[in-house]
Amino acid sequence: MTRPIAVVASTLVLVVLPFALTSYQLGLLTKMLIFAIFAMSLNLILGYAGLPSLGHAAYFGMGAYTVGLLALRVRDNFWLDFFAGLVMATITAALFGLLALRAKGSYLLMITLALAQVLWGIAFGWRWLTGGDDGLPGVPRPGAGLPFSLAEGVRFYYFVLVLFALAVAVLAVIVRSPFGQALVGIRESERRMEVLGYNTWRYKYVAFVLAGLFAGLSGNLFVYYNGFVSPAYLSIVFSATALIMVILGGAGTLLGPALGAAVIVLAENTISAQTERWVTVLGVIYVAVTLFAPGGLIGLARARQRAA
Amino acid sequence: MTFWTIQTLNGLSFGMLLFLLAAGLSLIFGLMRILNLAHGSYYVLGAYVALSVVQATGSLLLATIAGIAAVTVLGILMERLLLRRLPTEELPQALLTFGLLLIIGDLSLWIWGGTPQTLPRPEALSRSLRLGPLVFPSYRLFVIGVGAVVGVLLWVFQERTRLGAMIRAAIDDAEIARATGIDVSKLSTAVFALGAALAALGGIIGGPLLGVYPGADFEILLLAFVVVIIGGLGSLKGALFGGLVVGLLDNFGKALFPELAMFTIFAPMAIILAVRPTGLFGSP
Repeated sequence: MTRPIAVVASTLVLVVLPFALTSYQLGLLTKMLIFAIFAMSLNLILGYAGLPSLGHAAYFGMGAYTVGLLALRVRDNFWLDFFAGLVMATITAALFGLLALRAKGSYLLMITLALAQVLWGIAFGWRWLTGGDDGLPGVPRPGAGLPFSLAEGVRFYYFVLVLFALAVAVLAVIVRSPFGQALVGIRESERRMEVLGYNTWRYKYVAFVLAGLFAGLSGNLFVYYNGFVSPAYLSIVFSATALIMVILGGAGTLLGPALGAAVIVLAENTISAQTERWVTVLGVIYVAVTLFAPGGLIGLARARQRAA
Repeated sequence: MTFWTIQTLNGLSFGMLLFLLAAGLSLIFGLMRILNLAHGSYYVLGAYVALSVVQATGSLLLATIAGIAAVTVLGILMERLLLRRLPTEELPQALLTFGLLLIIGDLSLWIWGGTPQTLPRPEALSRSLRLGPLVFPSYRLFVIGVGAVVGVLLWVFQERTRLGAMIRAAIDDAEIARATGIDVSKLSTAVFALGAALAALGGIIGGPLLGVYPGADFEILLLAFVVVIIGGLGSLKGALFGGLVVGLLDNFGKALFPELAMFTIFAPMAIILAVRPTGLFGSP
């Protein structure tokens, strides 16, 4: 199957699926798409620029909390809240990137983690603003300020699908652009890119901020989807979930992380219905993927193709 | 006056616990370039095993030995069976050890339940010491003492023994160390075991003060990270200095500005990072 046909076919499937699914299954599919955007946003820095982060939940949570707080406490207006969520996530990434990108490797992991932890601390400790551990319940679906409400399941799904498609398209353009190629060059050998005259810091910084913007987008969508956000969505566990989604699917491939996100969401849903030990299973997934499938599912499929 | 002495003492004793964790984290990183996210699990598991043994036998000494032994074995197995198979890249190591952190935490929840539990403290250390108008809780002094002794022993070990010299050589340049006949592979296992044992010791002597509960592994891991970010990975001096600073900041932060507790830790960290990205005593 050639690439354009695959794209058209999968788009058609995603467009038609609501008619074949129960409302519960449609909700699950919506969640997959939202988390797919989150995983793809991390993939931009991890997969393409080779910058690992253990704090990517910061931008997701910033988007979600901004939308939630504005909708509940200030004014429930879709355009205002949505835009503010994106702006706050982007500003957070712009600030954190200034500090984090001074470091490399393990230090980068620890610093991104520690910075995200600051936001977690605010969400957890500053009760009167954020609701603390109880989070923000009762965030309404988009409707106010729009010509029609997006509360109903199928409508909300299409809303998420459109933004997902937009995110995929924009990310596809970014990674194929000279900018995206330069990121890959930095991943392979930063020194060589410096010798070639690239200001590598500036490339990494822009990628970092863009990743924050897209993570914010997914956080915005998630708080509408879930109607609720809590400090858990700023935690190290959630940041690590993004990492495993990217690696499980295939880092550095456009849609691998989306696949990884879908698998993790589906696995959590089915397995935690069967056993209380979902977290153990998730831990085993981490161990198994790093040991046996470091290239992810896409990597496995490609290795298979090559062998055949 | 009492407020300041007590809070300082609390901060220093907590700082010593953090030092026990950060020292292992730091040594492991220095030698193997592994960022061990499961390090907080050693702390919690040490406390849980000790708790079970003390409930079964009533002996705190036996409990301490069992807790340290169990976690040391776990550390050796992790290094030999799992981490060894990975390439020396930070991300696979972080993901693998994070997976183990999840597994150990979830299984501990299954075995020991979700209620916070406290280890008993030795009879002799349950009273307070009086020095004129000042009152010192003797267990806190004991924890500070243990931390100081471990610190001195580690320093003597690293600077004055043959094994310590081999570790220093391997931290400086593993290839050259290997060429001079040092068995870096065995050394790595030994350092991993030592790091695990120190963290377990921290969990056991911290158990009577802080208790042990689901999520404690994450909390202590994050603070240990701040310690090594401030002190620098691979440096014992940095682990001690960072541990005491973070212990004091955490305590005074919680006592003086309860809502901003995280800021009192993370703000100095951010400032240090901005000035020295590899920490105060670390090398890149």
